[in-house]
Amino acid sequence: MKFKTQKIAYWFFLSALMLFSLQIIYGFIMGFAHMGMDGLHDYIPFNTARATHTNLLVVWLILGFMGAAYYIIPEESQTELYSPKLAIIQLVAFLIVGVIAIGGFHFNWWEGRKFLEIPRPLDFLVVVDVLAFMFNILMTLFKGKRQTTTAMVLTMGLLFMALLYLPGMVWFDNHTLDSFYRWYVVHLWVEGVWELIMGGILAFLLIKITGVDREVIEKWLYVIVGLTFLSGILGTGHHFYYIGVPSYWLWIGGIFSALEPFAFLGMALFAINMYRKGEKKHPNKTALQWTLGAAVVSFFGAGVLGAAHTLPGVNLYTHGTLVTAMHGHMAFWGAYAMIVFAMIAYAMPNLTGRKHYDTNITRYAFWISNVGMIGMTTAFGAAGIAQVYMERIIGIEFMQTQVEIQSHFLVLVLSATVFSIGIGLYIYNFFQYGQPTDEALIKD
Amino acid sequence: MLTKSQAKLFFLAGTIIFSLIFLALSYDTTVNQLDEITHAENLSEEAIKGRIIWDENNCMGCHTLLGEGAYYAPELTKVVERRGAGYIKGALMSPTPWGEHTSGRKMVAYGFSEEEANSLVAFFTWIGEIETNGFPAKPAYEVEKIDTEVE
Ligand code: HEM
Ligand code: HEM
Ligand SMILES: [Fe+2]
Repeated sequence: MKFKTQKIAYWFFLSALMLFSLQIIYGFIMGFAHMGMDGLHDYIPFNTARATHTNLLVVWLILGFMGAAYYIIPEESQTELYSPKLAIIQLVAFLIVGVIAIGGFHFNWWEGRKFLEIPRPLDFLVVVDVLAFMFNILMTLFKGKRQTTTAMVLTMGLLFMALLYLPGMVWFDNHTLDSFYRWYVVHLWVEGVWELIMGGILAFLLIKITGVDREVIEKWLYVIVGLTFLSGILGTGHHFYYIGVPSYWLWIGGIFSALEPFAFLGMALFAINMYRKGEKKHPNKTALQWTLGAAVVSFFGAGVLGAAHTLPGVNLYTHGTLVTAMHGHMAFWGAYAMIVFAMIAYAMPNLTGRKHYDTNITRYAFWISNVGMIGMTTAFGAAGIAQVYMERIIGIEFMQTQVEIQSHFLVLVLSATVFSIGIGLYIYNFFQYGQPTDEALIKD
Repeated sequence: MLTKSQAKLFFLAGTIIFSLIFLALSYDTTVNQLDEITHAENLSEEAIKGRIIWDENNCMGCHTLLGEGAYYAPELTKVVERRGAGYIKGALMSPTPWGEHTSGRKMVAYGFSEEEANSLVAFFTWIGEIETNGFPAKPAYEVEKIDTEVE
């Protein structure tokens, strides 16, 4: 690392990985419940497990993004972080709010709004916390020696993410209206501003790892985030189709969301081409593996598997089935979990001065987790397609259909076990590095 | 060849143009058309109360409504039409976990009062009348209708 304050990132990465582990445990609870083994029902009913699983996901990814920003922004701006103390306070506060929220889910304290279950009073605390984070990042940028495109795109993504949280905090009596603005948050995050964050991190990593000229990388970064917004904003329509809106959303949502995969295709081609153009001399092959992996797997998970059910004619039958869960898993994994993993894999040797990369453990962590995720995606997909045919086309009752497809959840749980072994190895490798130290400082 | 500043222009112009179109369409949808499509005039006090109960208990954490939610328990958009008010109230007021023995899944035993159950039924009735562009699609076949026994 080049600046002492970059060390702050470590604590964000550590917290992120711990919460991710907890997320996985709740995933298993749901996997078993789908098999008819709902033994924990009295203490952790399905809706509690689900809200915990998805909210932990969002919280740990955001912690990962924050950690990435605390590492990247000082290095790009060539200055120390504005206030390391504020960063620590902001981290601890974020964790406390998160723990209260997750605890609340176990005592029926929440809002029944998919992905935004955190109760309103805590929403305000989240906003204050994110403002503190943004303040720290922006102050660092302003006092910095230079403002790079990479840093600007990353910061813009983070800032828009904070702003877009607000439409999700308004109460509407009309359920359709509530859903409509809920998508302003959920969709415009994952298929909009988070792609800026992903693009920013990706560009930073490619500049560092491939050694390709910054100007070239940043030019393509603009093209990719341009494609993202060109398709993704009106693409929000793919969530509006059937919730009680004018029918023009069918074709607007259909056409524009069908273009969304091009942004992810762009990301994949970009990463692969920069790698091929580059010098291939950087020793941290582990970071490279996760970086290229994120770009490729996100194209499959988000781009291909998203496009598979995005046209209104298909979505009419798949909407709200396990087909959606199939796509949700690989998309979140490929795009956001893997880019955070790439960032951690790149940052850890620099923060600690130790070189635990490119070992058998790191290679197994990568391949085992990805093979597990492919298995999980396949299991959800098989269950989802069977569900669509049985329930939606043949007209068999919901619960009867679910009994018929239970065996796919055995495959899910087995694949999830494989996946978890990969994640376990990744976390083991993380701890091999130990804590960051000032001795790892490098003078240019 | 594309230059960096052209790429930047592409990004900024695209973002601004498509954001404006999106906001204009959102305005048209929510301000001009939504009340009619959702029959907002039928949104009674009772139905709103039902929605609050729906929200406070995170029913969407197991069920889908308008196709949104979790995939653990049945789709409820047309539940009043499908099951009738009596069956729904049975599930909501049951003091023991509601569920079919074959699936192993259970619903939380909320033990709602008659009044609360009526509010939820009013909410579902309102939801069921929203014009949804054809969702849920009518199945092409009707293989079997099963009657679940009420305990
Ligand atoms: C990294 C990016 C993405 C992530 C993390 C993601 C994640 C998700 C998640 C979690 C859902 C479930 C939402 C819900 O029903 O409440 C969803 C739904 C959906 N996604 Fe994505 N997605 C991504 C990109 C895409 C792309 C690029 C497309 C289209 C090409 C797409 C198409 C869809 C569609 C059509 C649905 C609605 C499914 C339904 O009707 O039930 N997604 N996505
Ligand atoms: C051990 C691993 C995991 C298991 C067994 C698991 C299982 C599940 C199950 C059963 C559901 C609920 C589907 C329903 O509503 O019925 C779910 C939802 C979800 N999980 Fe996982 N999961 C695991 C890991 C992950 C990971 C690693 C991610 C993201 C990177 C993730 C993201 C999600 C998302 C976004 C949803 C909501 C999907 C939707 O509503 O369409 N899960 N998971
Ligand atoms: Fe979307």
